[in-house]
Amino acid sequence: MKTFKIGGVHPPEYKISEKQPIEVLSLPETVSIPLAQHLGVPAVPVVKKGDKVKTGQLIAKGEAFISANIHSSATGTVSKIDDVIDDSGYRKKAVIIKVENEQWEDGIDTSDNLIKECNLTQEDIVNKVNQMGIVGMGGATFPSHVKLQVPKGKKAEYLLINGVECEPYLTSDHRLMLEKSHELMVGITIQMKALGVDKAIIGVENNKPDALEKLSKLAKEFKGITVEPLKVKYPQGAEKQLIKALVNREVPSGKLPIEVGCVVHNVGTSFAVYEAVQKNKPLIERVVTVTGSNVKKPSNFLTRIGTPVISLIEASGGLLPNTGKVISGGPMMGKALNDLNVPVTKGTSGILVISDYEAQRVSLQNCIRCAKCVTICPMALEPYLLALISDKQRYEEAEENQIMDCMECGSCHYICPSGRPLLDQIRVGKANVGKMIRERN
Amino acid sequence: MNEVVLYSVLSIGGLGTLAAIILYIVAQRFKVIEDPRIDEVEEILPAANCGGCGLAGCRNFAERVVKAGTLEGFNCPPGGQDTMSEVAKVLGLEVEEQEPMVAVVRCSGSVQLAPPKTKFEGLNTCAFAHSLYSGQSGCPYGCLGEGDCVVSCAFDAMYMDENTRLPVVIEENCVACEACVKACPRDIIEMRKKGKKSRRIFVSCINREKGGVARKNCKVACIGCGRCVKECKFEAITLENNLAYIDFNKCTLCRKCPPVCPTGAIHELNFPARKPKQKKEDKSAEA
Repeated sequence: MKTFKIGGVHPPEYKISEKQPIEVLSLPETVSIPLAQHLGVPAVPVVKKGDKVKTGQLIAKGEAFISANIHSSATGTVSKIDDVIDDSGYRKKAVIIKVENEQWEDGIDTSDNLIKECNLTQEDIVNKVNQMGIVGMGGATFPSHVKLQVPKGKKAEYLLINGVECEPYLTSDHRLMLEKSHELMVGITIQMKALGVDKAIIGVENNKPDALEKLSKLAKEFKGITVEPLKVKYPQGAEKQLIKALVNREVPSGKLPIEVGCVVHNVGTSFAVYEAVQKNKPLIERVVTVTGSNVKKPSNFLTRIGTPVISLIEASGGLLPNTGKVISGGPMMGKALNDLNVPVTKGTSGILVISDYEAQRVSLQNCIRCAKCVTICPMALEPYLLALISDKQRYEEAEENQIMDCMECGSCHYICPSGRPLLDQIRVGKANVGKMIRERN
Repeated sequence: MNEVVLYSVLSIGGLGTLAAIILYIVAQRFKVIEDPRIDEVEEILPAANCGGCGLAGCRNFAERVVKAGTLEGFNCPPGGQDTMSEVAKVLGLEVEEQEPMVAVVRCSGSVQLAPPKTKFEGLNTCAFAHSLYSGQSGCPYGCLGEGDCVVSCAFDAMYMDENTRLPVVIEENCVACEACVKACPRDIIEMRKKGKKSRRIFVSCINREKGGVARKNCKVACIGCGRCVKECKFEAITLENNLAYIDFNKCTLCRKCPPVCPTGAIHELNFPARKPKQKKEDKSAEA
């Protein structure tokens, strides 16, 4: 079975919510929609205090090339445009809407009918994706319309669809592949058309046999789409690792996947593209897994953007008393939240609630030079060295040792028997090396 | 036999002479003329190589200052005024009187006044904590309490207070090298004029959030009410982005502003204790 060659770990899977069908979460009283939900320049608001907005109406425009539009996820009145704490732990600008009776913006098809035919041109598809504010739903939230435009002089050969979901606990992509498989396939066909490729491969880890079976059966009806089972290994869902696993090509350091003729999209993104192009529906909701040992009923919710995290937790039974940590995302790369009113954004794939005991770090010991971190680093770096030289502030040396190639997957931190904060130190180093490089240019 | 000795002596001697001539020519040709004053200046400098001047060590400082021929833009913080006037003497220059500076920590959000709401278990450095979130108290501007500034101080002029979890500056040791200013990821530490008898008045807060938000996290935050601005007769206080700032060049240390601050964010240091409205006694106390 295919997988990537260098490094990787296999943390316990804990996919406890994989049998829970997607439920629609009711709207909260207010939604706060952050203006920076994507990588790049924050969107500029086009509504003001007191404005009435409908569900799906444009409320902020992404004006730069790498930016994305933001739409209202509810009908109501804009009560203010103010700073709210988002998952970065800092206050950022957001549009706060008081929710009233639902009324959709004109032209949006809210029915469940499957529309297979798409007669738009490449340019029209990209424009539509741009208008509807689609971003990468795997977590990095890179604006999708940028990825769907192949730069001049480059040629895309493969569209790779990421259905790996290698993070433990998370099941939102798994449920999406099972329940929206037809829509997903149409979405992939549209993306293939936009890129001008005739081959698409969906990579799915083989711990999701039901999704694999369903998609493989369905793929026969669609031209050019194949489904590839992958060996379970973290971080297979990372772009470069997925390319290595599926088509055995290596993306050069500091380059984009298009360099080797590949474009990678998440299954969530493909579904969002389907809804945007075929149904005129902007990205205003996503599937969020609420899971962990301290949740009474692990669930998958179809959640409107801007819903506070606390409503999701309450909908799945509320917080247990010995809760230690609430994490946005998975246990490996997620971010611990310091406030439960943080809104769900386009990049929130899951909410993980763990106990005091699980949240504790292993006690810190000296490095015993076992080199486990070197063995498992999927980018073939030397984490112990990078951590050490970052700590000693030898940033030039860190740059020479390719610290910028680190994608912060956390495998080194996970595997270290001495519980050393390798990733913490590398992150500080990366930030400083990045600053150094920016100053030099 | 004699011939062998003669030839060897002659050939080795000849080679030696040739080498000596070449070496002499090369030495003359590539002679580095170094200003002897560089060594003299280096002698005077404290040899701490702290980098407080912004240059790579004391030798580098000496080279630059001799080459520039002026003292403008050069300052040796650990050496202070005395060292700079000696350097000036070597170079035949006059040194401008510079006010001594001292590091000031502009945050009073102690564990008691800005209680922690979360627990932080990651790498114990401020740089990392700052990159992750707004801090244990929730104030995105306040001290993170991990002590990067204390680690950066090469003169034992700072320590972490165990009770408050805030850094404290030991004035006598502080040489204003600005290492802590650079180490703090939140720009909390500022270099301020040391002032007469080391007396200083400053706003001990840099929170630019709206008053209500700031107050929620910290009892002693500046809420930007502007009462100190009205009170100040010397236009030393400015209010920008919900935060008051006292310009130490304009401040006359009149002590009018600290009592009007509703949150007690304005601190006064090294003043005699206030005696309630008895001017005569106040004067005697000062004397």
